[in-house]
Amino acid sequence: MDICKKTPTIPNFLNLRVHSRFKGHFRGDEVFKLVSALIASSIFILLGLMIYELVEGSWLSIQTFGLNFIVGNTWDPAISKVFGALPLILGTLVTSAIALLIGVPISLGVGLALSEYLPRRFGFALSFLVELLAAVPSVIYGLWGMFVLIPFLRDHVYPYLQAALGFTPLFSGPIYGGGVLTGGIVLAIMIIPTVSSVMRDLFSSVPNSQREAMIALGATKWETTKIVVSYARSGVIGAIVLGLGRAMGETMAITMVIGNKFQVWPSSLFDAWYTMASIIANELLEATYDLYVSALINVGLLLLIITLIVNILARLIVWRTLRLVRGIARE
Amino acid sequence: MVVKFDIQNLNAWFGSKHVLKNINMKIEENTVTAIMGPSGCGKTTFLRCLNRMHELTPGARVSGKVIFNGVDIYDKSVDPVMVRRKIGMVFQKPNPFPMMSIYDNVAIGLKLSGVRDKSVLDAAVKRSLELANLWDEVKDELHKSGASLSGGQQQRLCIARALAVEPEVLLMDEPCSALDPISTAKIEELIRKLAEDYTIIIVTHNVQQAARVSDFTAFLYFGELIEYGPTRQVFENPQNELTERYITGKFG
Amino acid sequence: MDYHRFRFVKDYFMRILIYLALISALIPLFSILYEVFVRGASTINMDFFIKPTPTVGEVGGGVANAIQGTLITIGLASLMGVPIGLMSGIFLSEYSESKLSMAIRFLHDVLNGIPSIVIGVFAYTLITRSIGFSVTAAAFALAVIMIPIVTRTTEEALKLVPMSIREAAIALGIPRWKVTMTIVLSSAKKTIVTGIMLSIARIAGESAPVLVTMGFWRWWFSGLNRPVANLALNVFIFAMSPFKNWVTLAWGSALILILMILIISVAARTLLIKGWHYGG
Repeated sequence: MDICKKTPTIPNFLNLRVHSRFKGHFRGDEVFKLVSALIASSIFILLGLMIYELVEGSWLSIQTFGLNFIVGNTWDPAISKVFGALPLILGTLVTSAIALLIGVPISLGVGLALSEYLPRRFGFALSFLVELLAAVPSVIYGLWGMFVLIPFLRDHVYPYLQAALGFTPLFSGPIYGGGVLTGGIVLAIMIIPTVSSVMRDLFSSVPNSQREAMIALGATKWETTKIVVSYARSGVIGAIVLGLGRAMGETMAITMVIGNKFQVWPSSLFDAWYTMASIIANELLEATYDLYVSALINVGLLLLIITLIVNILARLIVWRTLRLVRGIARE
Repeated sequence: MVVKFDIQNLNAWFGSKHVLKNINMKIEENTVTAIMGPSGCGKTTFLRCLNRMHELTPGARVSGKVIFNGVDIYDKSVDPVMVRRKIGMVFQKPNPFPMMSIYDNVAIGLKLSGVRDKSVLDAAVKRSLELANLWDEVKDELHKSGASLSGGQQQRLCIARALAVEPEVLLMDEPCSALDPISTAKIEELIRKLAEDYTIIIVTHNVQQAARVSDFTAFLYFGELIEYGPTRQVFENPQNELTERYITGKFG
Repeated sequence: MDYHRFRFVKDYFMRILIYLALISALIPLFSILYEVFVRGASTINMDFFIKPTPTVGEVGGGVANAIQGTLITIGLASLMGVPIGLMSGIFLSEYSESKLSMAIRFLHDVLNGIPSIVIGVFAYTLITRSIGFSVTAAAFALAVIMIPIVTRTTEEALKLVPMSIREAAIALGIPRWKVTMTIVLSSAKKTIVTGIMLSIARIAGESAPVLVTMGFWRWWFSGLNRPVANLALNVFIFAMSPFKNWVTLAWGSALILILMILIISVAARTLLIKGWHYGG
């Protein structure tokens, strides 16, 4: 027969190895496991460091104001040097709430359109477009918001809104184009791409058997759709909370349209206001003395805490409803 | 006759499921041994116990001894990686590395063992492909992707890949079940040729194939070794009634 | 109207609402793209790519230094973030079931949800307060943003590699860790690179963390402990400024920024598609 397995040119170390250096490869695997685990565990250090640094940076402010910082209404870096974050917290929550009120129904509609209503090809192309929107940076939304949306709202929408609803304090007062409502609208536009993409994925992964069961019962498209949404409801809630998180953390776009006016409460939806994120962006570089900087870092710490709470709540809700739904079909 | 494998009281479990029950057999060097039996009776598990692949499945367990070249491969001091170098395996569905060329597929085992010299690798690739009866068909296209070959060629590529690291044994798990009759015939021919230098153990669900290709045949029935002996004897004069029923196709 | 008819009216009505939602979501999209392209294109000439930021009141000028600065920043961030993300993803895919992995995965998800301004403040307290406003601080913040993205895409890419490939490699007598780092990794290569490119596209657009760690810079790169110009941040600064020529620069910078992100995103996705052609 021709050349056998022991060709002289190939080093024959292999034959010896069966009986010696048994530990060799065991060690390689162990080392790999250790090194990769260590590197992967850097996340613990990173997050720990983040919390530490934020607390340490806020310490001066915490010492000076304590919990009053959270309920304080004054932000006076110039004269009295008193800082309080309540209006900022409220501003963040209100603008995010507006964003959800406007953005969630639209996102639901888009998600359903892309997954249930549009024909395949169309749905595919438009999904791509929607995802493209998600890649547009925050500043560009802000730029567009400042120079396109604000004039548009100021001249063509708000006057009519005020004409119709001006009797309520919400819609009365001077219109300059930016402000709380505009901020909420821009945030809504920003969260729609992400939230609707997630919803589209959710709806698409609902097993067809569910739809077919409804159709076989003689249901209309809408009635079938309701079942699809209901099946995916834990994910839908998760997506909404995702949108909330993004809205609350959004910085640049909102800074560019909200007016950046610190006040306890805006006089109307057309008035300017401030959020936690935008005050940091706006003032951190201008903060000239330690307490000022510390107060701003303190705002950052608060924002972190609120975001974490929202995320944990989201997980709890999703986890709860997921347990109920799990029984129906394979995921 | 040199005993290559001395299998003693081999038992294997998947969790609590007892898949192999007290297997005892001796396999001779440079022979072809066929393992046959109905589906799901532990043939593949048996094979995977011989190169210490069974234990990779979570919940899998092995007991007993498999003495290879005088060493129990399950002994604590034995490195499973070295075991697998000496005892190669070819799988049921051809699985060449799709992102590598034909050349790289064959060379990868050696490269990762530290062989760097290009001329050495070139020679090894040529030798392995020749051994696998594939050289003539691919010698001008070594740079093409491993996945661009036909099914039968891919399987021969996998055989070449396994041979490149210079094993002494080749374990084959139903290597032809995903192939057409012509490719199957080519591989069976290849097996007979390789048997001159390698010990081959082939699992097959095809009784005729076992009869054609092997020197020894083992009949496994739900984890138990029912019969084992020279192929002619097992087929012409089976000792066990179950064996006879299986061979004559009374169940499968 | 009987109930039967009512159901179908409702169905029709909801269908209209859904399409309305779709349209109202797409209108801003087209408006943004249109405005950026039209207003941005009018500011762009050859100078735009060559000259750095003009001083206030100076006519002309460009974003050359911002392009340089942005590339440096995202390059530096990638150097910091990609290796950690890769290794974390590899670990998570290999030891997927362990308690440590569950914890790590959870924390990565948490990090992913933290607003970028908070990460910017973190980098500010950690680095800027010691070294000063610098590209290093900005790159660090961006790296922190990148890490969860790269980790997740790497883990998923590796999990997609079929078991048969792993088994074939192990049967060749290659140690487990080598199988992972050479064969499995290279077969998931294209997906992993796509994930990395998409994370780069993401950080290229980040301006909040850049603002608080680095601030505005009008000149060229001058050291790792100094700031550099940044395209995204420039859009913000120019837009908010009272100077007309800077406002026009904002649109031009926005256009370049969007084009940059688009090119990276599209390149990443075509890489993925092209990958399937090789080897069939």
